[in-house]
Amino acid sequence: MTNAVSDVDLLSWDFAQDPHSRYARMRNDGVVRKHVVKTLATALNAWVVTDYEQARELLADPRLSKETEKLLDAMDANKVNAGDTITRTPPSMLFSDPPDHTRLRRLLGNAFTMRRVEKLRPWIEELTDDLLGKIPDGEEVDLVHTLALALPIFVIGKLLGVPQDRHEDFRTWNGALASLDTSAEEKQVAHKAAFDYLRQLIEDKRAAPDDDMISALIEAQVDGGKLSEPELLSTIYLMMNAGYETTAHMISSGVLALLENPDQQALLRKDSTLLPGAIEEFLRFESPLNMSTIRYTASPVEVGGVTIPANEIVFISLLSANRDAAKFTDPDTLDVTRPNRGHLSFGYGIHHCVGAPLARMEGEIVFGKLLDRFGRWELTVPARELEWKYSAQFRGLDRLPVRMSAE
Amino acid sequence: MSGWSVEIDARTCIGTGMCVGAAPKYFQRKSSKSVPVHDHVEPDEDLLDAAFACPAEAIRVRDEATGDVLVPEA
Repeated sequence: MTNAVSDVDLLSWDFAQDPHSRYARMRNDGVVRKHVVKTLATALNAWVVTDYEQARELLADPRLSKETEKLLDAMDANKVNAGDTITRTPPSMLFSDPPDHTRLRRLLGNAFTMRRVEKLRPWIEELTDDLLGKIPDGEEVDLVHTLALALPIFVIGKLLGVPQDRHEDFRTWNGALASLDTSAEEKQVAHKAAFDYLRQLIEDKRAAPDDDMISALIEAQVDGGKLSEPELLSTIYLMMNAGYETTAHMISSGVLALLENPDQQALLRKDSTLLPGAIEEFLRFESPLNMSTIRYTASPVEVGGVTIPANEIVFISLLSANRDAAKFTDPDTLDVTRPNRGHLSFGYGIHHCVGAPLARMEGEIVFGKLLDRFGRWELTVPARELEWKYSAQFRGLDRLPVRMSAE
Repeated sequence: MSGWSVEIDARTCIGTGMCVGAAPKYFQRKSSKSVPVHDHVEPDEDLLDAAFACPAEAIRVRDEATGDVLVPEA
């Protein structure tokens, strides 16, 4: 008979709709196996790690490398369809190892420490009030578009210096890149459009610098030659893309979790000091990133009773690790008072999400204000009719129709 | 006395593992937090890089001879 666990199809629509029950089977199986995983345009034969402890160890293991050139070679060697071409992209901090990673990360990390991010709080609060003011009392709205996506894309767009009238373009390009049902050609068109636009934007900022992060990165480049031209481009692309979709999913998945768990919503309404812990629990409960970004084995790595040879592709499922009962008691239960932290939604180790302090703060502000302003939240369709994004990389809703009422 | 002292403020540490990943020689995971492997070490740039990487600025590195705080930067 066929092995049920190795037959789990990570690229199927059904998997995107209900990954948790399938990941539970994979964890119970206890063996790290190879599956077909799709990243951007290419289907790859890749090892998938689902257990919490293994995930955490491997996220910080330097033998799992992200060095761009060799990673692209490893992808080439492990692609499912020989005819696929791998798009060669320039390295960013997300796809490099030390010492390049150390240099690139430091250029950005300084801007995103908890202390620096805290200074943005009044501005983000104001922005959130504006957006909430546009939600009509007691009428059906799609919370993804009115709030969950609108807020983070505005925040990162403004921080970077991407004009507001181009935000929608990034959503379209990213949508095509992350989706499992767009063709390789469509993905290449979207990729080229995004890079062409950013090249032009960099030229504009070079001619007329502004008080934003793109201008600051250009200055750092000129200053000490700390950033090559391709690195500058891919760093800005990374910041823009990683900067909002994940945060949007954190917000909409968190709202859904509170809609489906009214007792937890009531707890938060009673005690706002639970809010920071609740944000961590939303992140644990539905990790906005399903799979970690791609890694390859620079040398053989033993995990879960198997040895993964060198030059193979490894994906670590953050969504699965966060539901591992060996780490979290009753992992499928939303508990905003849960004491044990340590979810992996921001990753672990040197690639831990640089924007985590910003995302956490956006979450605290949004949920605090949503609960304050709207005493009654209702889902306007049955939860089972909600559709999760058809993506192997992201875990989030495309639409969340709700009715929010002051009372 | 020469060398550096290394401390992690357990109240500030949020367990990102950035220091553990960057310099496992100097930092290790303890439950959901990070702790220094040794409190006193010989000067090493790798340690400074790892300490600078902390988004919570929870790592303090001090030059024991001069008392200067090397990380975090003021």
